[in-house]
Amino acid sequence: MAEETLQDDIDARVIRVIAETQKIPADSVTMDKTFEDLKIDSLDGINIVFGLENEFNISIPDEGMESMRGVRDAANGVRQLLMQKASASPQS
Amino acid sequence: MNRVAVTGLGIVSALGLTVPEVWDKLKCGQSGIAPLPDRGDPPYRFSNGALAWGFEPTRYFEEKELAMLERFAQMAAVAAREAVAQSGLDFRGPLANRTAIITGSSVGGQFSEEEGYLQLYKKNNPRVSPLTIPRTMSNAGASRISLEHGIQGPVYTISTACSSSNHALGQAFWMVRQGTVEAAIAGGSEAVFAEGLLRAWEALRVVSQDTCRPFSKDRRGLILGEAGAMLVLENWEHARARGAAILGEVVGFGMSSDAYHITQPTAEGPANAMRWALQDAGLSPDAVQYVNAHGTGTTANDATETAAIRKVFGPHADRLLVSSSKSMHGHTLGAAGAVEAIATVLSLRNQLAPPTANYNEPDPACDLDVVPNVARCAAMEFAISNSFAFGGLNAVSVFRAVR
Repeated sequence: MAEETLQDDIDARVIRVIAETQKIPADSVTMDKTFEDLKIDSLDGINIVFGLENEFNISIPDEGMESMRGVRDAANGVRQLLMQKASASPQS
Repeated sequence: MNRVAVTGLGIVSALGLTVPEVWDKLKCGQSGIAPLPDRGDPPYRFSNGALAWGFEPTRYFEEKELAMLERFAQMAAVAAREAVAQSGLDFRGPLANRTAIITGSSVGGQFSEEEGYLQLYKKNNPRVSPLTIPRTMSNAGASRISLEHGIQGPVYTISTACSSSNHALGQAFWMVRQGTVEAAIAGGSEAVFAEGLLRAWEALRVVSQDTCRPFSKDRRGLILGEAGAMLVLENWEHARARGAAILGEVVGFGMSSDAYHITQPTAEGPANAMRWALQDAGLSPDAVQYVNAHGTGTTANDATETAAIRKVFGPHADRLLVSSSKSMHGHTLGAAGAVEAIATVLSLRNQLAPPTANYNEPDPACDLDVVPNVARCAAMEFAISNSFAFGGLNAVSVFRAVR
């Protein structure tokens, strides 16, 4: 249950970053939308990645960015990087 | 209309601090790209750059003068000194009012601006140096050249990102050709290695994490470079009358705007600029033998530029030599057009096309003869030099060999 909430939370934050960056209503950004659907071009993509790095305090490599095609890819990518970050820094 | 001679060249860049040094490296395909002395904290995503290695301002200026001059203006002035010395022109006399200076710079002086912000926002000190404005203004280089040589004709600066100094050169060419002035110092300079500016380039994700590999399938982006580069242009008859050595001829210039996207390139915009430039020169495409490409080493530019060249040159494109000297001196932004104009003039003069260095593997999207890794001797009469900028602004100059 906790994990599901966390997942929902990440999805919601990714959606919020995309909506705020693109200046579009958050309810127009759903998990199934591709960047093409949302008319997100390469410069928008770089700006979104910058926003996601700030939001989650992560560093998204160029290769990760190139494979992001839509909202779900972005959320999955963020989740993966957060997991890597958690396993790299030992819990006290 | 007047013919326009090139009678002086001057440069400081990663490949050297004089024209002969730079040509020695260009013709050997030797790159000036090397690890950044300051890797940033936290480290930048990229670790290499093309600094004007060994450029020591105190060798060229008094301490008092340096207080007024940012690095980009210093490099402009030093390049202009070399170009003027080679031309042998003397501006004490009527020529002072009949000479133009047109420079290009993308951002002007960033170091003083960043120092001002540091005081203001980090140290909470509202007192910003009174020299900030004269140091940062984009025309600081042009004005310094004017002061140093006593040139009192039209002096101004063009800022069109990575096309800046190609636009500057084109304007100067037209002014000499139409007789507005007898001579012009044209070129540009850029000093990009200021931390805030590097962070901005980092965020844009176009800087390569290894080196600059234009047209190579494994290219990963551009390498930032700093430079100052100036050409002396002169009314052909004026140069002949005084017995000056003529190094090359500028024969055409063209420009266009993509009107498409602020950063994504199109093939049509650059193709139009090349067409206008050839038309301005009165040349058909098959008269050209060499293209000094914009060739930044980004995925988008190199494929789009290839498509643009094919649109303009048709089947003749396969007979062109097309190389990107950015693989050696880096992308010098506002100075790029002038750095590459000098490379083009020297290529024609020496009948040797410099290579595209760091080239590893063919890319079907960049299927021209890009002179991979080794310079090529060839009979060349006409060459073009391409500059395409963010904002979709394209500038192309055309040169003729003078031997």
